[in-house]
Amino acid sequence: MDMLPILSILTWLPAVAAVLILLLPQIIKSPEAARANAARWIALVTTVIVFGLALWMTLAFDETKAGYQFVERADWYGMIQYHLGIDGISVLLILLTAFLMPLCILASWTSIEKRVVEYMAAFLILQTLMIGVFCALDIVLFYIFFEAGLIPMYLIIGIWGGKNRVYAAYKFFLYTLLGSLFLLIAIAWMAITAKTTSIPDLQAFEFAKDAQTWLWLAFFASFAVKMPMWPVHTWLPDAHVEAPTAGSVILAGVLLKMGGYGFLRFSLPMFPEASNDFAPFIFALSGIAIVYTSLVAFRQTDIKKLIAYSSVAHMGFVTMGIFSGNEQGIQGAMFQMLSHGVISGALFLCVGVIYDRMHTREIAQYGGLVNRMPIYAAVFLLFTMGNVGLPGTSGFVGEILTMQGAFNVDPVTAMVAASGVILSAAYMLTLYRKVIFGVIVNPALNTITDMNAREILIFVPLIAAALYLGFQPNLIFDQTATSAVALVDAFHANFK
Amino acid sequence: MAINQTMTAELFFQQVPYILPEITLAAGALIIMLIGAFMGDKGARLVTWLCVATMLAAGAMAVLHMPPEQVVVFSGSYAADGFSAYAKLIIALTASSALLLSIDFLAEKKLDKPEFPVLALLATLGMFIMVSAHDLIALYVGVEMQSLALYVLAAYARDDAKSSEAGLKYFVLGALSSGLLLYGCSLVYGFTGSVNFDVIAAQVAGERSIGVVFGLVFILCGLAFKMSAAPFHMWTPDVYEGSPTVSTAFFASAPKVAASVLFARVCFEAFGPLQKDWLGIVIIMAVLSMAIGALFALQQTNVKRLLAYSSIANMGYALVAIACGPEFGPKALLVFVSIYAITSVGLFGVVLSLRNAEGERVETISALSGLSRSNPLLASALTMLLFSVMGIPPLAGFFGKWEVILATSASGLLPMAIVLILASVVSAFYYLRIIKTVWFDEPRIAMVPVGASTTLTLTGATFVLAALTLVIGLVGSAASIAGAGFH
Repeated sequence: MDMLPILSILTWLPAVAAVLILLLPQIIKSPEAARANAARWIALVTTVIVFGLALWMTLAFDETKAGYQFVERADWYGMIQYHLGIDGISVLLILLTAFLMPLCILASWTSIEKRVVEYMAAFLILQTLMIGVFCALDIVLFYIFFEAGLIPMYLIIGIWGGKNRVYAAYKFFLYTLLGSLFLLIAIAWMAITAKTTSIPDLQAFEFAKDAQTWLWLAFFASFAVKMPMWPVHTWLPDAHVEAPTAGSVILAGVLLKMGGYGFLRFSLPMFPEASNDFAPFIFALSGIAIVYTSLVAFRQTDIKKLIAYSSVAHMGFVTMGIFSGNEQGIQGAMFQMLSHGVISGALFLCVGVIYDRMHTREIAQYGGLVNRMPIYAAVFLLFTMGNVGLPGTSGFVGEILTMQGAFNVDPVTAMVAASGVILSAAYMLTLYRKVIFGVIVNPALNTITDMNAREILIFVPLIAAALYLGFQPNLIFDQTATSAVALVDAFHANFK
Repeated sequence: MAINQTMTAELFFQQVPYILPEITLAAGALIIMLIGAFMGDKGARLVTWLCVATMLAAGAMAVLHMPPEQVVVFSGSYAADGFSAYAKLIIALTASSALLLSIDFLAEKKLDKPEFPVLALLATLGMFIMVSAHDLIALYVGVEMQSLALYVLAAYARDDAKSSEAGLKYFVLGALSSGLLLYGCSLVYGFTGSVNFDVIAAQVAGERSIGVVFGLVFILCGLAFKMSAAPFHMWTPDVYEGSPTVSTAFFASAPKVAASVLFARVCFEAFGPLQKDWLGIVIIMAVLSMAIGALFALQQTNVKRLLAYSSIANMGYALVAIACGPEFGPKALLVFVSIYAITSVGLFGVVLSLRNAEGERVETISALSGLSRSNPLLASALTMLLFSVMGIPPLAGFFGKWEVILATSASGLLPMAIVLILASVVSAFYYLRIIKTVWFDEPRIAMVPVGASTTLTLTGATFVLAALTLVIGLVGSAASIAGAGFH
């Protein structure tokens, strides 16, 4: 393989940059604006470099092999090893993380004015932890990255968030902490039982049937909160509404994907029998999530909250696809995660654009934006359609595949999910009509300006990704196919 | 085993190397006291540094002279092994850093007299004896030596009514618990005919008499008091709050290590065969400590009281490790309490650094408001320490909890792990409240820069903690070697 420890570089480069940024106050004594600018540029350059490296890694990744690649392994603490590696499931999630980060930095360029140094450092540390989650091949190392992400996210919501930020930050932290501590107990038990913490070894280890049941539930407690699945989704709307724009993008784009990744990496391969037993339970929760949260979204008066609920509904498709246990379902879930990362990220950025100008997210405050902001109206339309799942956008592919996968196992859930597509069209188009169409009623909107060059620059890659993936979904499937098939085969091997 | 051997001069000198750390501390305390007496109050600073050096030297000696196997010396009363050597090193490190914290504080309060460091040194000697005690006499001497010195430290601010009150409270309740301890010792002696841990273990393995169980209960209650484990925790918040903060910093770190290690040694060595009897007691104490520590801290507005409840909860986690038994418990206990003690010193370092705009020291949580603006470095150190004590990875505190949870899995005490995590989540709430005050609230007061030695210790504790994350493997293997003596 390769001699260059590319995964370590990807993981730790942002952290190194964060330390550099934190040292800035010592280097640049004054003025504060110079310090802030230096922090912004360091963050931007670092994230762009990381994206370049991630892209190179994706191209160098051999998608025909099912095992882990770019493996790095060293002893660390007892049986815990510093063990990194990627397969078809994680490679694109790393790329997604690296893709969204520079956009987040650009989106925060002017909207974050206070404590820029700390802000940029928090984001870079968060990036280290997110990439670490996706490439850790040691379950404790995974947990460390997974859980450590709470710290920067708590600070990001709490320091740079909206009015009710403290409440949202607490809710986010405690909810997630409770879920993940059950995961920790399960990990400790597995480490003692299997005498290893290596993920590939644990995947090969056969846990007893009754142990699988409680282990599965412990993992579920953590990943369901992270995902989030109905009924433990209530932290998400609060966190999204209060977080700064870039925080929402990362939350929706990457952090939610950790739940789905966890199900694919741990629950399915390690506890196949329990996963099979619990599949109807997951289907029920997914069906409820899709329909119920869509209806809730319809009632929202806050744009961000509406999109947050729509995220929960879209994650319902992911869980449904994963636990269908067949190739279409899992491929569809992978695709849906990536596509949702791009589209919901873009939608939150769209909200950010008008929020920066008007400082309100109330739908009622807007209307008739098309008259003043034609470019914005076009961009927003594209992502609205993507979120609805219009063919030609990436949103369509994931939904149709997960439904197809679920239909093979449980047609009723698939039908319920299909109604969710209609509901999402209803609330997204209503939102679009209220915000964009009509005549300007609110006089404050008369002077609003269209997107500037920096904002357009942010959206260009997102538009390209959403459309390209919509027309060329094989780009994704080629990467994930081998790993997904291996996962499905291993899963079904337990029942023959 | 050197039990029924007649003590000859030759034998005596053979055994001396094993108590070299204690001799160093005792001789050091006497000499330094004389230096203090001759130099008067102006020698306080020099005396403090000498005490710090003596502690560190004793700690280093304990590790360097660590025998590969447990050696019991002086007619079976004193054990030198990896378990005690590790604990002594941690005690020396945390006690000396707590002492370093005192320099600025005491000078400012005009309390900089040589008594303080010498008393701390004597308390350290008591703790060294505690962790090596191998019979009930050494156990009692160690506990009392430590306690008596600590009572005086609690009441050290003589003109301060709160401090005197704290000292008196500590003394009265402490004397009661020492009485319980002594009564328990006498019962055990009466029913087994020996004070030696090995002989007691051999006796109770053969025949379990109800008198010994009674004695065991009394001993554990007395030790739980020293450890401030519930339901014997009542004194902790008051004493923590009333004592001068430097004394509190001292109470909160090294004595916790000593008491929990002694607790473990009594359970594992003297009463190992009675595991069925003490397990229930330890579990009840652990659950109560975790619950009380987590729930009562929620309402505190004073940082010192909050940290008192936090230490009660943390002693609950340590008791969970002890409940895991001699095979899995020792390593988890050592990793956990050593990381906790270091964190604790750091946290009190921060408390010691808090002042309002007039330069007066403040202790309320609201005084921390906006600390991240007025003193970013202090705020970052505090945040790191709090996330560590919360047990959030990758900070060192996580590994302490991980070891404890791992031990509960290995010994089949998973329900304890569930209580532990529930307590952790509740505790996270009040730690987060401090972090919220520091980072999310607007500054209300300007902060005055902190003194040099405080900064030094604070930076040191934070740095050690950060470094521990990287070299956690080293701590883990040291602790597993140290804990291996029991099975």
